[in-house]
Amino acid sequence: MPVKVTTETFKKEVLESEVPVIVDFWAQWCRPCLMLAPVLEEIAKDFDGKVKVAKVNVDQEGYLANQYRISSIPTVLLFENGQLKNQVIGLMRKEDLVKRLGL
Amino acid sequence: MYDAIVIGGGPAGATAAIYLQRFKKNVLLIMKDSGALGKTAHIDNYYGFVETITGPELLEKGINQAKRLGVEVIKDEVLGIDNFPDFNVKTINGEYQSKTVLLATGKNQVNLRVKGFNDFIGKGISYCAICDGFIYRNKKIGLVGNKEFMLEELEVLKNFSEDITIFTNGMDLSVELHDEKIVTEKITEIKGDEKINQVVTENSEFDVDVLFIAIGSPSASDFALRMGAFLDKNNIVVDESFMTNIPGLFAAGDCIGGLLQIVKATSDGAHAAIAMNKYLKNN
Repeated sequence: MPVKVTTETFKKEVLESEVPVIVDFWAQWCRPCLMLAPVLEEIAKDFDGKVKVAKVNVDQEGYLANQYRISSIPTVLLFENGQLKNQVIGLMRKEDLVKRLGL
Repeated sequence: MYDAIVIGGGPAGATAAIYLQRFKKNVLLIMKDSGALGKTAHIDNYYGFVETITGPELLEKGINQAKRLGVEVIKDEVLGIDNFPDFNVKTINGEYQSKTVLLATGKNQVNLRVKGFNDFIGKGISYCAICDGFIYRNKKIGLVGNKEFMLEELEVLKNFSEDITIFTNGMDLSVELHDEKIVTEKITEIKGDEKINQVVTENSEFDVDVLFIAIGSPSASDFALRMGAFLDKNNIVVDESFMTNIPGLFAAGDCIGGLLQIVKATSDGAHAAIAMNKYLKNN
Protein backbone atom coordinates (compact mmCIF):
# COMPACT_ATOMS: atom_id res chain seq x y z
CA MET A 1 0.00 0.00 0.00
CA PRO A 2 1.19 3.53 -0.72
CA VAL A 3 2.46 5.40 2.35
CA LYS A 4 1.47 8.94 3.23
CA VAL A 5 4.55 11.15 3.51
CA THR A 6 4.88 14.55 5.17
CA THR A 7 7.64 17.15 5.32
CA GLU A 8 8.75 15.57 8.60
CA THR A 9 8.87 11.99 7.30
CA PHE A 10 10.10 12.69 3.78
CA LYS A 11 13.80 12.25 4.61
CA LYS A 12 13.32 8.94 6.36
CA GLU A 13 10.65 7.46 4.06
CA VAL A 14 12.00 8.69 0.72
CA LEU A 15 15.57 9.96 0.81
CA GLU A 16 16.87 7.25 3.14
CA SER A 17 14.83 4.42 1.67
CA GLU A 18 16.74 1.30 0.74
CA VAL A 19 14.53 0.69 -2.24
CA PRO A 20 13.56 3.17 -5.00
CA VAL A 21 10.58 5.35 -4.10
CA ILE A 22 7.83 6.67 -6.34
CA VAL A 23 6.37 9.86 -4.87
CA ASP A 24 2.94 10.95 -6.05
CA PHE A 25 2.13 14.63 -5.54
CA TRP A 26 -1.65 14.87 -5.46
CA ALA A 27 -4.68 16.66 -4.02
CA GLN A 28 -8.23 15.73 -3.18
CA TRP A 29 -9.77 18.27 -5.58
CA CYS A 30 -7.77 17.01 -8.58
CA ARG A 31 -9.84 14.48 -10.53
CA PRO A 32 -6.91 13.08 -12.56
CA CYS A 33 -5.05 12.55 -9.25
CA LEU A 34 -7.94 10.51 -7.90
CA MET A 35 -7.95 8.39 -11.05
CA LEU A 36 -4.18 7.84 -10.70
CA ALA A 37 -4.58 6.45 -7.16
CA PRO A 38 -5.66 2.93 -8.23
CA VAL A 39 -2.82 2.86 -10.78
CA LEU A 40 -0.29 3.56 -8.01
CA GLU A 41 -1.87 0.98 -5.73
CA GLU A 42 -1.39 -1.61 -8.47
CA ILE A 43 2.23 -0.56 -8.98
CA ALA A 44 2.79 -0.87 -5.21
CA LYS A 45 1.42 -4.41 -5.42
CA ASP A 46 3.33 -5.36 -8.58
CA PHE A 47 6.65 -4.07 -7.23
CA ASP A 48 6.08 -5.10 -3.62
CA GLY A 49 9.41 -5.13 -1.76
CA LYS A 50 11.27 -3.66 -4.75
CA VAL A 51 9.75 -0.20 -5.02
CA LYS A 52 7.99 1.90 -2.40
CA VAL A 53 5.05 4.11 -3.36
CA ALA A 54 4.60 7.31 -1.36
CA LYS A 55 1.98 10.03 -1.55
CA VAL A 56 2.37 13.72 -0.80
CA ASN A 57 -0.76 15.85 -0.45
CA VAL A 58 0.22 19.23 -1.95
CA ASP A 59 -2.39 21.09 0.11
CA GLN A 60 -0.99 19.84 3.38
CA GLU A 61 2.65 19.73 2.33
CA GLY A 62 3.20 22.98 0.46
CA TYR A 63 6.86 23.01 1.50
CA LEU A 64 7.59 19.73 -0.32
CA ALA A 65 5.58 20.78 -3.37
CA ASN A 66 7.60 24.00 -3.53
CA GLN A 67 10.90 22.31 -2.91
CA TYR A 68 10.37 19.96 -5.85
CA ARG A 69 8.84 22.73 -7.97
CA ILE A 70 5.57 20.91 -8.55
CA SER A 71 3.62 22.98 -11.08
CA SER A 72 1.02 20.52 -12.27
CA ILE A 73 -0.58 17.57 -10.58
CA PRO A 74 -0.49 14.67 -10.59
CA THR A 75 3.31 14.70 -10.74
CA VAL A 76 5.17 11.51 -9.95
CA LEU A 77 8.84 11.60 -8.93
CA LEU A 78 11.20 8.64 -8.73
CA PHE A 79 13.94 8.67 -6.08
CA GLU A 80 16.82 6.23 -5.89
CA ASN A 81 19.42 6.35 -3.12
CA GLY A 82 18.19 9.76 -2.08
CA GLN A 83 18.57 11.18 -5.59
CA LEU A 84 15.78 12.40 -7.86
CA LYS A 85 15.99 10.12 -10.91
CA ASN A 86 12.87 10.85 -12.92
CA GLN A 87 9.74 12.96 -13.17
CA VAL A 88 6.47 12.19 -14.92
CA ILE A 89 3.57 14.64 -15.15
CA GLY A 90 -0.07 13.74 -15.70
CA LEU A 91 -2.47 10.84 -15.48
CA MET A 92 -1.58 7.74 -17.46
CA ARG A 93 -2.07 4.01 -17.63
CA LYS A 94 0.01 1.76 -15.42
CA GLU A 95 2.13 0.38 -18.25
CA ASP A 96 2.86 3.88 -19.56
CA LEU A 97 3.80 5.17 -16.11
CA VAL A 98 6.07 2.21 -15.38
CA LYS A 99 7.80 2.72 -18.72
CA ARG A 100 8.15 6.49 -18.35
CA LEU A 101 9.59 6.10 -14.86
CA GLY A 102 12.02 3.49 -16.14
CA LEU A 103 11.11 0.89 -13.51
CA MET B 1 -32.37 12.07 -17.98
CA TYR B 2 -31.08 10.71 -21.27
CA ASP B 3 -29.76 7.19 -21.70
CA ALA B 4 -26.95 8.56 -23.83
CA ILE B 5 -25.56 11.91 -24.86
CA VAL B 6 -23.39 11.86 -27.95
CA ILE B 7 -21.04 14.80 -28.26
CA GLY B 8 -20.07 15.41 -31.86
CA GLY B 9 -22.06 15.13 -35.06
CA GLY B 10 -19.46 13.65 -37.39
CA PRO B 11 -19.48 10.10 -38.74
CA ALA B 12 -18.65 8.49 -35.37
CA GLY B 13 -21.20 10.48 -33.37
CA ALA B 14 -24.03 10.31 -35.91
CA THR B 15 -23.57 6.58 -36.46
CA ALA B 16 -23.54 5.89 -32.72
CA ALA B 17 -26.66 8.01 -32.24
CA ILE B 18 -28.47 6.12 -35.02
CA TYR B 19 -27.57 2.75 -33.50
CA LEU B 20 -28.58 3.89 -30.00
CA GLN B 21 -31.87 5.21 -31.34
CA ARG B 22 -32.53 1.86 -32.98
CA PHE B 23 -31.84 0.17 -29.65
CA LYS B 24 -34.72 2.37 -28.44
CA LYS B 25 -32.48 4.43 -26.21
CA ASN B 26 -33.29 7.98 -25.32
CA VAL B 27 -30.41 9.74 -27.06
CA LEU B 28 -29.35 13.36 -27.50
CA LEU B 29 -26.72 14.40 -30.02
CA ILE B 30 -24.98 17.70 -29.37
CA MET B 31 -22.92 19.13 -32.17
CA LYS B 32 -21.09 22.38 -32.61
CA ASP B 33 -19.87 22.62 -36.16
CA SER B 34 -18.65 20.45 -38.95
CA GLY B 35 -15.16 19.55 -37.64
CA ALA B 36 -12.51 17.96 -39.83
CA LEU B 37 -14.97 16.46 -42.30
CA GLY B 38 -16.45 19.89 -42.93
CA LYS B 39 -13.12 20.93 -44.37
CA THR B 40 -12.83 17.93 -46.67
CA ALA B 41 -13.56 18.87 -50.26
CA HIS B 42 -13.58 15.52 -52.05
CA ILE B 43 -14.52 12.09 -50.73
CA ASP B 44 -14.05 9.28 -53.22
CA ASN B 45 -13.09 6.36 -50.99
CA TYR B 46 -16.26 5.94 -48.95
CA TYR B 47 -18.59 3.08 -49.71
CA GLY B 48 -21.70 3.59 -51.79
CA PHE B 49 -21.20 7.02 -53.36
CA VAL B 50 -20.88 6.76 -57.12
CA GLU B 51 -20.00 10.42 -57.54
CA THR B 52 -17.54 12.44 -55.49
CA ILE B 53 -19.21 13.81 -52.38
CA THR B 54 -17.97 16.73 -50.26
CA GLY B 55 -17.41 16.55 -46.50
CA PRO B 56 -20.14 19.06 -45.63
CA GLU B 57 -22.64 17.20 -47.87
CA LEU B 58 -21.88 13.85 -46.24
CA LEU B 59 -22.14 15.39 -42.78
CA GLU B 60 -25.50 16.93 -43.56
CA LYS B 61 -26.79 13.64 -44.92
CA GLY B 62 -25.60 11.81 -41.80
CA ILE B 63 -27.31 14.25 -39.46
CA ASN B 64 -30.52 14.30 -41.53
CA GLN B 65 -30.52 10.51 -41.50
CA ALA B 66 -30.18 10.52 -37.70
CA LYS B 67 -32.99 13.07 -37.39
CA ARG B 68 -35.25 11.06 -39.70
CA LEU B 69 -34.75 8.03 -37.47
CA GLY B 70 -35.79 10.05 -34.43
CA VAL B 71 -32.51 11.23 -32.90
CA GLU B 72 -32.80 14.53 -31.05
CA VAL B 73 -30.07 16.81 -32.42
CA ILE B 74 -29.11 20.20 -31.01
CA LYS B 75 -26.50 22.68 -32.15
CA ASP B 76 -24.61 23.87 -29.10
CA GLU B 77 -21.11 23.90 -27.70
CA VAL B 78 -20.25 21.65 -24.77
CA LEU B 79 -18.17 23.46 -22.16
CA GLY B 80 -17.81 20.82 -19.49
CA ILE B 81 -18.85 17.37 -18.31
CA ASP B 82 -19.26 16.21 -14.72
CA ASN B 83 -19.82 12.64 -13.69
CA PHE B 84 -21.08 12.45 -10.11
CA PRO B 85 -23.23 10.45 -9.85
CA ASP B 86 -24.68 10.67 -13.38
CA PHE B 87 -23.22 12.67 -16.23
CA ASN B 88 -24.05 16.34 -16.38
CA VAL B 89 -23.19 17.97 -19.70
CA LYS B 90 -22.93 21.74 -19.60
CA THR B 91 -23.29 23.69 -22.82
CA ILE B 92 -23.42 27.38 -23.65
CA ASN B 93 -27.22 27.26 -23.60
CA GLY B 94 -28.09 24.63 -21.02
CA GLU B 95 -27.36 21.51 -19.00
CA TYR B 96 -28.28 17.93 -19.84
CA GLN B 97 -28.17 14.78 -17.72
CA SER B 98 -27.42 11.32 -18.98
CA LYS B 99 -26.47 7.81 -17.86
CA THR B 100 -23.74 7.53 -20.49
CA VAL B 101 -21.72 9.90 -22.65
CA LEU B 102 -19.94 9.29 -25.94
CA LEU B 103 -17.12 11.64 -26.85
CA ALA B 104 -16.92 11.88 -30.63
CA THR B 105 -15.67 15.40 -31.10
CA GLY B 106 -12.78 14.64 -33.39
CA LYS B 107 -9.26 15.87 -32.90
CA ASN B 108 -9.09 19.57 -32.46
CA GLN B 109 -7.12 20.65 -29.44
CA VAL B 110 -5.63 23.99 -30.33
CA ASN B 111 -2.14 24.82 -29.21
CA LEU B 112 -0.04 27.89 -29.31
CA ARG B 113 2.58 27.54 -31.97
CA VAL B 114 5.24 29.82 -30.56
CA LYS B 115 8.88 29.54 -29.58
CA GLY B 116 9.35 27.96 -26.18
CA PHE B 117 5.82 26.58 -25.87
CA ASN B 118 6.69 22.88 -25.92
CA ASP B 119 9.52 23.40 -23.42
CA PHE B 120 7.16 24.51 -20.67
CA ILE B 121 4.23 22.11 -20.97
CA GLY B 122 3.78 20.82 -17.43
CA LYS B 123 6.32 23.39 -16.28
CA GLY B 124 3.94 26.27 -15.92
CA ILE B 125 1.88 25.72 -19.06
CA SER B 126 -1.36 23.99 -18.14
CA TYR B 127 -4.48 22.83 -19.99
CA CYS B 128 -6.65 22.48 -16.93
CA ALA B 129 -7.58 25.19 -14.43
CA ILE B 130 -9.47 22.83 -12.13
CA CYS B 131 -6.42 20.52 -12.04
CA ASP B 132 -3.64 23.04 -11.51
CA GLY B 133 -5.21 26.38 -10.53
CA PHE B 134 -4.91 25.71 -6.82
CA ILE B 135 -1.14 25.52 -7.05
CA TYR B 136 -1.07 29.15 -8.19
CA ARG B 137 -2.92 30.78 -5.31
CA ASN B 138 -2.20 34.52 -5.36
CA LYS B 139 0.28 34.14 -8.21
CA LYS B 140 0.44 35.83 -11.58
CA ILE B 141 -1.80 33.85 -13.88
CA GLY B 142 -1.94 34.12 -17.67
CA LEU B 143 -4.84 32.63 -19.60
CA VAL B 144 -4.92 32.24 -23.39
CA GLY B 145 -8.29 32.14 -25.12
CA ASN B 146 -11.08 34.20 -26.60
CA LYS B 147 -14.38 32.33 -26.20
CA GLU B 148 -16.70 30.69 -23.67
CA PHE B 149 -14.17 27.96 -22.92
CA MET B 150 -11.73 30.64 -21.74
CA LEU B 151 -14.50 32.20 -19.64
CA GLU B 152 -15.13 28.83 -17.96
CA GLU B 153 -11.48 28.51 -17.06
CA LEU B 154 -11.39 32.13 -15.91
CA GLU B 155 -14.25 31.50 -13.46
CA VAL B 156 -12.27 28.66 -11.91
CA LEU B 157 -9.03 30.65 -11.76
CA LYS B 158 -10.68 33.64 -10.09
CA ASN B 159 -11.03 31.47 -6.98
CA PHE B 160 -7.28 31.31 -6.72
CA SER B 161 -5.87 34.68 -7.77
CA GLU B 162 -6.86 38.23 -8.59
CA ASP B 163 -3.84 38.74 -10.79
CA ILE B 164 -5.09 37.26 -14.05
CA THR B 165 -4.17 38.43 -17.54
CA ILE B 166 -6.11 37.23 -20.58
CA PHE B 167 -4.14 36.80 -23.80
CA THR B 168 -6.32 36.60 -26.90
CA ASN B 169 -3.25 36.00 -29.07
CA GLY B 170 -4.52 38.22 -31.86
CA MET B 171 -7.97 36.59 -31.96
CA ASP B 172 -11.20 38.53 -31.58
CA LEU B 173 -12.66 38.37 -28.11
CA SER B 174 -16.16 36.90 -28.51
CA VAL B 175 -17.22 37.09 -24.85
CA GLU B 176 -17.71 40.00 -22.52
CA LEU B 177 -15.14 40.65 -19.80
CA HIS B 178 -15.29 43.29 -17.11
CA ASP B 179 -12.32 44.00 -14.89
CA GLU B 180 -9.77 41.65 -16.35
CA LYS B 181 -6.51 42.70 -17.92
CA ILE B 182 -6.69 41.84 -21.60
CA VAL B 183 -3.78 41.61 -24.01
CA THR B 184 -4.83 41.34 -27.63
CA GLU B 185 -1.39 41.26 -29.25
CA LYS B 186 -0.06 38.02 -30.68
CA ILE B 187 2.17 35.96 -28.43
CA THR B 188 5.61 35.52 -29.96
CA GLU B 189 7.54 33.57 -27.33
CA ILE B 190 7.29 31.81 -23.97
CA LYS B 191 10.30 32.33 -21.72
CA GLY B 192 11.48 30.83 -18.46
CA ASP B 193 14.21 28.78 -16.84
CA GLU B 194 13.09 25.68 -14.99
CA LYS B 195 9.55 27.00 -15.13
CA ILE B 196 7.77 29.55 -17.26
CA ASN B 197 8.20 33.17 -16.14
CA GLN B 198 7.36 35.37 -19.09
CA VAL B 199 4.97 35.71 -22.02
CA VAL B 200 6.41 37.79 -24.84
CA THR B 201 4.00 39.50 -27.23
CA GLU B 202 4.64 41.57 -30.37
CA ASN B 203 5.46 44.74 -28.44
CA SER B 204 5.55 43.80 -24.75
CA GLU B 205 6.57 41.30 -22.14
CA PHE B 206 4.44 40.03 -19.25
CA ASP B 207 5.67 38.24 -16.14
CA VAL B 208 3.61 35.15 -15.32
CA ASP B 209 3.93 32.20 -12.95
CA VAL B 210 1.66 30.04 -15.05
CA LEU B 211 -0.07 30.12 -18.42
CA PHE B 212 -3.37 28.30 -18.89
CA ILE B 213 -4.46 27.39 -22.42
CA ALA B 214 -8.16 27.52 -23.34
CA ILE B 215 -8.13 28.49 -27.01
CA GLY B 216 -11.27 28.08 -29.12
CA SER B 217 -13.55 25.27 -27.94
CA PRO B 218 -12.71 22.43 -25.58
CA SER B 219 -11.69 19.23 -27.35
CA ALA B 220 -12.47 15.65 -26.37
CA SER B 221 -9.07 15.42 -24.71
CA ASP B 222 -9.83 18.56 -22.68
CA PHE B 223 -12.94 16.85 -21.31
CA ALA B 224 -11.03 13.63 -20.72
CA LEU B 225 -8.26 15.44 -18.86
CA ARG B 226 -10.68 17.18 -16.50
CA MET B 227 -12.63 14.01 -15.79
CA GLY B 228 -9.55 11.87 -15.21
CA ALA B 229 -9.74 9.67 -18.31
CA PHE B 230 -6.50 8.17 -19.56
CA LEU B 231 -4.86 9.88 -22.51
CA ASP B 232 -2.05 8.58 -24.65
CA LYS B 233 -0.35 11.25 -26.76
CA ASN B 234 -3.55 13.28 -26.68
CA ASN B 235 -5.67 10.33 -27.82
CA ILE B 236 -8.34 9.11 -25.41
CA VAL B 237 -7.57 5.59 -24.25
CA VAL B 238 -10.51 3.18 -24.55
CA ASP B 239 -10.89 -0.55 -23.97
CA GLU B 240 -12.24 -3.07 -26.49
CA SER B 241 -15.78 -1.85 -25.76
CA PHE B 242 -14.77 1.77 -26.48
CA MET B 243 -15.18 2.71 -22.83
CA THR B 244 -12.64 4.88 -21.03
CA ASN B 245 -11.41 4.15 -17.51
CA ILE B 246 -14.46 6.13 -16.29
CA PRO B 247 -17.54 3.88 -16.19
CA GLY B 248 -20.18 5.08 -18.66
CA LEU B 249 -17.82 7.42 -20.54
CA PHE B 250 -17.16 6.17 -24.06
CA ALA B 251 -15.16 7.61 -26.95
CA ALA B 252 -15.09 6.98 -30.69
CA GLY B 253 -13.70 8.35 -33.93
CA ASP B 254 -10.62 10.52 -34.43
CA CYS B 255 -10.35 11.41 -30.72
CA ILE B 256 -9.22 7.87 -29.88
CA GLY B 257 -6.55 7.90 -32.59
CA GLY B 258 -5.85 5.21 -35.18
CA LEU B 259 -6.92 5.61 -38.78
CA LEU B 260 -8.35 9.09 -39.27
CA GLN B 261 -10.88 7.98 -41.86
CA ILE B 262 -14.68 8.13 -42.15
CA VAL B 263 -14.99 4.36 -42.46
CA LYS B 264 -13.11 3.84 -39.18
CA ALA B 265 -15.14 6.55 -37.44
CA THR B 266 -18.47 4.98 -38.43
CA SER B 267 -17.20 1.58 -37.34
CA ASP B 268 -16.13 3.04 -33.97
CA GLY B 269 -19.54 4.66 -33.60
CA ALA B 270 -21.37 1.39 -34.20
CA HIS B 271 -19.14 -0.55 -31.81
CA ALA B 272 -19.44 2.10 -29.12
CA ALA B 273 -23.24 2.21 -29.43
CA ILE B 274 -23.50 -1.56 -29.07
CA ALA B 275 -21.26 -1.44 -26.00
CA MET B 276 -23.23 1.48 -24.54
CA ASN B 277 -26.47 -0.43 -25.00
CA LYS B 278 -24.95 -3.37 -23.14
CA TYR B 279 -23.65 -1.08 -20.40
CA LEU B 280 -27.09 0.49 -19.98
CA LYS B 281 -28.62 -2.96 -19.61
CA ASN B 282 -26.18 -3.94 -16.87
CA ASN B 283 -26.07 -0.72 -14.87
